[in-house]
Amino acid sequence: MAQSTTDTTAASARAANLPDIYRRLSTDDLREALRKMHLIRRFEESAEESYMRGLIHGTMHLSIGQEASAVGICAPLTDADYITSTHRGHGHCIGKGAEVKKMLAEFFGKEDGYCRGRGGSMHIADVSKGNLGANGIVGGGIPIAVGAALSIKKQGKNSVVVSFFGDGANNEGAFHEALNMASVWKLPVIFVCENNGYGMSTSTKRSTAVPNIADRASAYAMPGVIVDGNNFGAVAAASFEACDRARRGEGPTLIESKTYRIRGHSRSDRNRYRTKEEIEAWQARDPIGIFEKELTEMGLITPEEISKVRAEVETEIAEGLEFAKASPAPSPDDVTRYVYTD
Amino acid sequence: MDANVRELSYAQAIQEAMAIAMETDERVFLMGEDIGVYGGAFQVTGDLVHRFGEDRVMDTPISELGGAGVAVGAAVTGMRPIFEFQFSDFATLAMEQIVNQAAKMRYMLGGNVSVPLVMRFPAGSGTGAAAQHSQSLEAWLAHVPGLKVLQPSTPHDAKGMLLAAVADPDPVMIFEHKLLYKMKGPVPEGYYTVPIGKSETRRHGRDLTIVANSIMVHKSLDAAAQLAEEGIDVEVIDLRSLRPMDIPAIIDSVKKTSRLLCVYEGVKTLGIGAEISAAIVESEAFDYLDAPVMRLGGAESPLPYNPELEKAAVPQVPDIVAAARKLVRKEA
Repeated sequence: MAQSTTDTTAASARAANLPDIYRRLSTDDLREALRKMHLIRRFEESAEESYMRGLIHGTMHLSIGQEASAVGICAPLTDADYITSTHRGHGHCIGKGAEVKKMLAEFFGKEDGYCRGRGGSMHIADVSKGNLGANGIVGGGIPIAVGAALSIKKQGKNSVVVSFFGDGANNEGAFHEALNMASVWKLPVIFVCENNGYGMSTSTKRSTAVPNIADRASAYAMPGVIVDGNNFGAVAAASFEACDRARRGEGPTLIESKTYRIRGHSRSDRNRYRTKEEIEAWQARDPIGIFEKELTEMGLITPEEISKVRAEVETEIAEGLEFAKASPAPSPDDVTRYVYTD
Repeated sequence: MDANVRELSYAQAIQEAMAIAMETDERVFLMGEDIGVYGGAFQVTGDLVHRFGEDRVMDTPISELGGAGVAVGAAVTGMRPIFEFQFSDFATLAMEQIVNQAAKMRYMLGGNVSVPLVMRFPAGSGTGAAAQHSQSLEAWLAHVPGLKVLQPSTPHDAKGMLLAAVADPDPVMIFEHKLLYKMKGPVPEGYYTVPIGKSETRRHGRDLTIVANSIMVHKSLDAAAQLAEEGIDVEVIDLRSLRPMDIPAIIDSVKKTSRLLCVYEGVKTLGIGAEISAAIVESEAFDYLDAPVMRLGGAESPLPYNPELEKAAVPQVPDIVAAARKLVRKEA
């Protein structure tokens, strides 16, 4: 998402003594953020529906409820910045600028998909936008993000890397090894733990010795920041600060974005480990609703404009589904293609 | 010997290859535990840190999994890391990054990235370091599509294969037998590569084909010299590359000799010899066989500490001689 500080509406927001983040993002940026959040929501719902109808096989991990976290973290990033993502990576992919039609084509296992049908949901990646990929291994992307940050430093670039992972990953050795190295070498990487309360079925309370995952930052001598992951502005503000710090050469930050996944872990989840009341309480804190209310109250968007955003997203998804259905399937003769570089 | 060919040790040859790679390509850098001022556990990096600085000869924390992942991440974003495991056994800590990430990333992403990563694994027994510092795990990695796996047996090949690996766009795993590090041999100056995926016939013979890897090439050559005195003429193929494997060369050799013995230090069962045997049995060379295919491999045990037990756990020259006699003369 592009940044702008010359926008007049943002100036009026500044005058109204609004949070700092609205000084960093133009009205267009904020509306684009809202559009992306809607796009993620409708993408996830459409993918789920296609799965139910048997058009998508395998499994998938939906991020409904975590849209503000994905889009807020990506707000300061450009195509020159990298991300590594997780098994719950659709939102990150859209947040980093991917086209939904190529994502849907991938889920349908087609040649026009981002991974030519070889990766599917769990390996979705748009390398052209700096997305180094979702990952099927919990914590697998974290050291890779540190490696990308090492490249940036060696190449003398001003880019940053964001490594998304979940609360489950913070108990993997890879998390600890990666944070330590990033701090020792002062690398431009932002570790983003999207704490949605559960590693599959096991709650953070039952799995994690510290009350907040951000507390673990102190063990690696980096700032640990807790944000309300359902509030776009709060997430974006934390991301801007961490990215600024990284670009100044001051090293990594650990952001804990506290959020919730409304759907189960994956398609096999029977929701036996949490209550209906808990889910409903989080649904009442819907990140899209919170953001729309905030933008409306600030006078940055009207109800009519919100309806227009929703309609545009609907069209984009519908067109994406048609594109995915029409795309050719890979040939079985090509099963070993792309194992090695030609 | 040509003017530009010197006698170098295997370790010196690898060091020279890394120096040339860093001189000619600013993307190349080294990562590993104690490879800086310490010079590496086996002195392979030696003084390179003084020539190239700490940014290009990077000591890592003792974090094999994280370090391997950093190397993968650097490789996919424009760098050419050469990662040293202090002992190949420690790669077990990094299997996730090697097997799930490095090997599969290109495929999973539909060919949109390459992973130009080199990893070096000091391997093998004979140093009295016992079960966790002596293994030959190359067959593990050779089982994974997406990786290339090399085992140079001479200083010449150690240098040329490392330079080929650095130039390769895909992840290349190089297993170096620790007992070879001090072995000397002719090494040309300057840049050259040894092709990945090609075996080398070290001795030509008519009666028996021995396919061996790494240090077993030298043991097989010693055995072949003894057998020649008995009138048994052995061909010794240095496998050099496990993935891809040069099966056509082995087929050609077996068609000539009609007998095949596989000699390798890794555990015999489900090892490299099983793959070679099966490939020959599946090929047109099957009709040429005059004796069963035979394997000599490591014992079905962890590597022991006691020196006599340690020797007993891997094929030795007398074992190879006895196996060859059995195959050629049908001795019991």
